[in-house]
Amino acid sequence: MFRFPTKLAILASSIAVFATGAQAADITGAGASFPAPIYAKWADAYMKETGNRVNYQSIGSSGGIRQIKAKTVDFGASDMPLKPEDLAKDGLLQFPTVVGGVVPVVNLQGIEPGELKFSGQLLADIYQGKVTKWNDPAIAALNPGVTLPEQDIGVVRRADGSGTTFAFTNYLSKVSADWKDKIGEGTAVQWPVGLGGKGNEGVSAFVQRLPGSIGYVEYAYAKQNKLTHVAMQNKDGDYVQPSEASFAAASAGADWSKSAFYEILTNQPGKDSWPITSATFILMHQQQDKPAQAVEALKFFEWAYDKGDQMASEIDYVPLPDATVELIRSSWSGIKDGAGAAVYPAK
Amino acid sequence: MVDPNQEPKAGQAFGLHLSTGGGNAAAALSGAAVATIESKTSAVRTFGDRLFAGASSTFAVLTLLLLGGIMVSLTIASWPSIKAFGIGFLFSTDWNPPMEKFGALIPVYGTLVTSAIALLIAVPVSFGIALFLTELSPAWLRRPLGTAIELLAAIPSIVYGMWGLLVFVPIFAEYIQPFLQATLGKVPVIGALFAGPPLGIGLLCAGIILAIMIIPYIASVMRDVFEVTPPMLKESAYGVGCTTWEVMWGVVLPYTKTGVIGGVMLGLGRALGETMAVTFVIGNTNFLNSPSLFDPGNSITSALANEFAEADPGLHTSSLMELGLILFVITMIVLVVSKLLLRQLAKGEGAKS
Repeated sequence: MFRFPTKLAILASSIAVFATGAQAADITGAGASFPAPIYAKWADAYMKETGNRVNYQSIGSSGGIRQIKAKTVDFGASDMPLKPEDLAKDGLLQFPTVVGGVVPVVNLQGIEPGELKFSGQLLADIYQGKVTKWNDPAIAALNPGVTLPEQDIGVVRRADGSGTTFAFTNYLSKVSADWKDKIGEGTAVQWPVGLGGKGNEGVSAFVQRLPGSIGYVEYAYAKQNKLTHVAMQNKDGDYVQPSEASFAAASAGADWSKSAFYEILTNQPGKDSWPITSATFILMHQQQDKPAQAVEALKFFEWAYDKGDQMASEIDYVPLPDATVELIRSSWSGIKDGAGAAVYPAK
Repeated sequence: MVDPNQEPKAGQAFGLHLSTGGGNAAAALSGAAVATIESKTSAVRTFGDRLFAGASSTFAVLTLLLLGGIMVSLTIASWPSIKAFGIGFLFSTDWNPPMEKFGALIPVYGTLVTSAIALLIAVPVSFGIALFLTELSPAWLRRPLGTAIELLAAIPSIVYGMWGLLVFVPIFAEYIQPFLQATLGKVPVIGALFAGPPLGIGLLCAGIILAIMIIPYIASVMRDVFEVTPPMLKESAYGVGCTTWEVMWGVVLPYTKTGVIGGVMLGLGRALGETMAVTFVIGNTNFLNSPSLFDPGNSITSALANEFAEADPGLHTSSLMELGLILFVITMIVLVVSKLLLRQLAKGEGAKS
């Protein structure tokens, strides 16, 4: 009779130990498709090293935002940063993970990759249907010595809502007042001209097939498919080629210490900066119902910042500079448990 | 959102009516006889019957509830956009997420036009296939050919989409579109349908891909119903000297018209709801500048597939929901019209045509 409670207590405590101590953590996240390849690669390596599993569902940025708001995942991911006031409204915290670039690509006979030079204004005029021929004086003026055909420009853009489109239209809004007034920025906009391809592969299929066309794709996609990219004029007036170095230059110039990492990396100053650069973001709740899960998620990202740079470079993402990572790490003190204590202690 | 399986049920039901019409009467007769003889075990039987009836009616009611639930949740989700745009939503060509102005005209137009093109091509071709399989084909070819056509229906739609974009579109742009422009494009009035640069992708291309996708459905239903035509009828017609065409047109088709219409509706249902294949080849463009079928356009399902994942919560999402609701209503109208058509045909049956 008297023994029974003791037995029960032992049983209960052994279950508790088993549940918290021995079991590997299972972290779930959902959102943006642009960083999905690198998150998957990190998750795979992390699993091998620590036995902890990270499940990332690439369902699109707005899906990720919705899911983190509903608290169905441990972290959400978005290609565009949320405004500080939106973060505050939902009690969220955000931080960037990797940087990528968007690259205009063309299909013109006899033109080598990187040979053609574009300014942001010219790109905006082409995508607004103001410049319609390849031998337009506006293009010729930037490209002395290049023979341009009298050919119609076939404009190609994304049909699906995407972070790539957000970065592209955000950049055009910054460099062209007319674009900002009439079209604006977003994951999908009302394009005045052009054909819509589904995904990077849809856009690149159209560009490769239609002579005289222009499109925009993620850098990794342009590089792996050997598309003819163009050189862009950046904020300082220099022409730059898209490369890991020029994306890194753009992200190095960013002032991340500003409010809540709300920083869009397009049109950054610096003579080597690629103008259409963007970071991708992670969203987490400031007030954690399940602090243990939050700790596991943060451990994963810390590991990724620490050891994931090489893996990111291999598949053409640009890792963040160390100073930025320090800033991110200190921002994590804003993630708190029910008692108001920071879940992830500073180093 | 819209269940294309509604049509197959209708289609099969039409076919079944024909084949089991005679059998029902016989079953009813024998049922009555059994009831009088075995009255002893009736208590157990009644219980079993009731249980069965209860279970099956629950399932049936569940379907209705589900349908109602979908309708209600779609309406609730699209309410902000219904309130903001009203009936004008149907007639506006705007689709501007940053400025939050939305309209359904272009996607609705694209959905209807591509489906119409698909039917225009698929119905005659399917009729030809079914005719060949039931009347003209040598016996050894029937089975492999029939299976091959059914296999076409098993190909996932994304494969049709990728194939369309990477293989069909270049051929279409290089050879077929210039040919159409040189021939039909010269004809007054309908020439406008074939104007513009031959890009390959566009409404016509989407319609043709859809036609290829729905041919197996329509053809296999047609073949099945043609096969249930009593041989005596056909042989009598052949006996009085009819040609194969006359037998098909004058005997088999009138006998099987309900089944044939069912098959066509099944195909139309699939064409209206098809998403992946269309989104690859339709061009996804929100313009309606000319009546040309060469122009890229958009369809309801394609707009949903493209934008839903990244849509901003608020008007953008609710406008997409409203598009879904509109597609639901269109499908319902199609179903109702086909039922009315069948009723009209049934009235005419037995009367001298």
